[in-house]
Amino acid sequence: MTSRHAPVSDWNTDFDHTDPSWVADPYPIWTELREGCPVAHSNRYGGVWLPTTHEYVSEVAYDTEHFTSRSVVVSEVRPGPEDLPAPIGLAPPITSDPPFHSIARRMLLPAFGPKPIAALEPYTRELCQQLLETTAGKTEFDAAVDYAQHIPVRVIVRMLGFPEEDADIFRKFIHQVLEDVDQSPEERQAIINQGEIDEYMDAQIEEHRANPRDDLTSFLLEAEIEGQRLQTEHVRGTMVLLMIAGIDTTWSAIGASLWHLAQHPSDRKRLVAEPELMDTALEEFLRAYAPVTMARLVAQDFDFHGQRLKEGDWLLLPFPSANRDPNAFDDPDTVHLDREHNRHAAFGLGIHRCLGSNLARMELRVALEEWLKRFPDFELADPARVTWSAGQVRGPRTLPLRIL
Amino acid sequence: MAAEKGQTATRTYRVHVDPDKCQGHNRCYSIAPELFDIDDLGMSSEKGNGTVPPELLEKAERAVANCPEYAISLEEVDS
Repeated sequence: MTSRHAPVSDWNTDFDHTDPSWVADPYPIWTELREGCPVAHSNRYGGVWLPTTHEYVSEVAYDTEHFTSRSVVVSEVRPGPEDLPAPIGLAPPITSDPPFHSIARRMLLPAFGPKPIAALEPYTRELCQQLLETTAGKTEFDAAVDYAQHIPVRVIVRMLGFPEEDADIFRKFIHQVLEDVDQSPEERQAIINQGEIDEYMDAQIEEHRANPRDDLTSFLLEAEIEGQRLQTEHVRGTMVLLMIAGIDTTWSAIGASLWHLAQHPSDRKRLVAEPELMDTALEEFLRAYAPVTMARLVAQDFDFHGQRLKEGDWLLLPFPSANRDPNAFDDPDTVHLDREHNRHAAFGLGIHRCLGSNLARMELRVALEEWLKRFPDFELADPARVTWSAGQVRGPRTLPLRIL
Repeated sequence: MAAEKGQTATRTYRVHVDPDKCQGHNRCYSIAPELFDIDDLGMSSEKGNGTVPPELLEKAERAVANCPEYAISLEEVDS
């Protein structure tokens, strides 16, 4: 993975979350910062802060007064005048602030409750089995590209009621949004201006208006806030959010879990022998390899643990670092499949806690169960060929595995 | 209540979910569905008055220890 930015020389004062060494292995960086500089700063991206301890990350997550969610991905481009303004934001409810946030969120929550998600499990299981079927006869293949990434894309495409064959469109789009954040403002604006994804969503909205049916897109088109149908921008923004938040986050969690199991034969054998461990194992994978780092914009100047935060500065909220804080977890850098006390923050904390956690957990569990049923024994084909995503969602993007 | 049956030596525990703190992580429900309910929005509440049968005490403790929002309390009550 290469970066368009200069290499980082000092993580305390000049960090960059797209730097190749962060992308390859961010954990030692977070450990160093937690110990020596719990709120790091960088002038990159026009100014960005990085709290690294569980305590500080929690504090920011719960503080909606000093931090706005209007933009949650750090890049060279801040929210522009054409975006839906606060409190709605570009992709409600993740970009919404109180009090609008809870209205937009409550509307969506029932679609992601444990019951509707459980109803999607048979489809997900069948999908995983089909994907594994395509590996028949092979002894080596890419678990990220050939398996993990297809699962959440196909499930969310089905939930939104889009044509199955369109799943590929979204992988490209998500890459642009989440990984190309170190492009110049001009490059990034040019991509945004192409508006391909908006056009796609608008066509789907039009099609669903003409032919309403039982899916999430029709649900959004019929939803009301205070007696009013949602603005088209709100519907489109929420659909974009569900695609972005629902796909490579879970893909990353599945990939990271398989990456771990490929390198820890004792954990792998134990999970196969004791399938009832899956519940705690799954939470432990989520803790140790939490995929998501969120961002906030500083809403007003204030002092935060010795640092002077200025209005408009970015702030990264690294939930994966909080999950490795020794003040919050015993032996945080070791995966314990049976860890019983696991108050992890992989899905975030506070009002923006992941709306799709039931979906993510179901997909992760089914993906691992089906994989282990078919391939109880596997290893990394070549550690040097494993690559990781850059940006605020961390997970393997190439994961060549050898079936034993 | 339990005391009437002569179980004065047994301690009675109750769980309680603080609705203002719950953000719907659903960890308690997945650990101890016998003790917690969730509504359509995914928010948790204790079942009934939250009384924890002795055989579920360990599960109740696990639910407390896994709630990322510190929304669950487990208290000993007079029995």
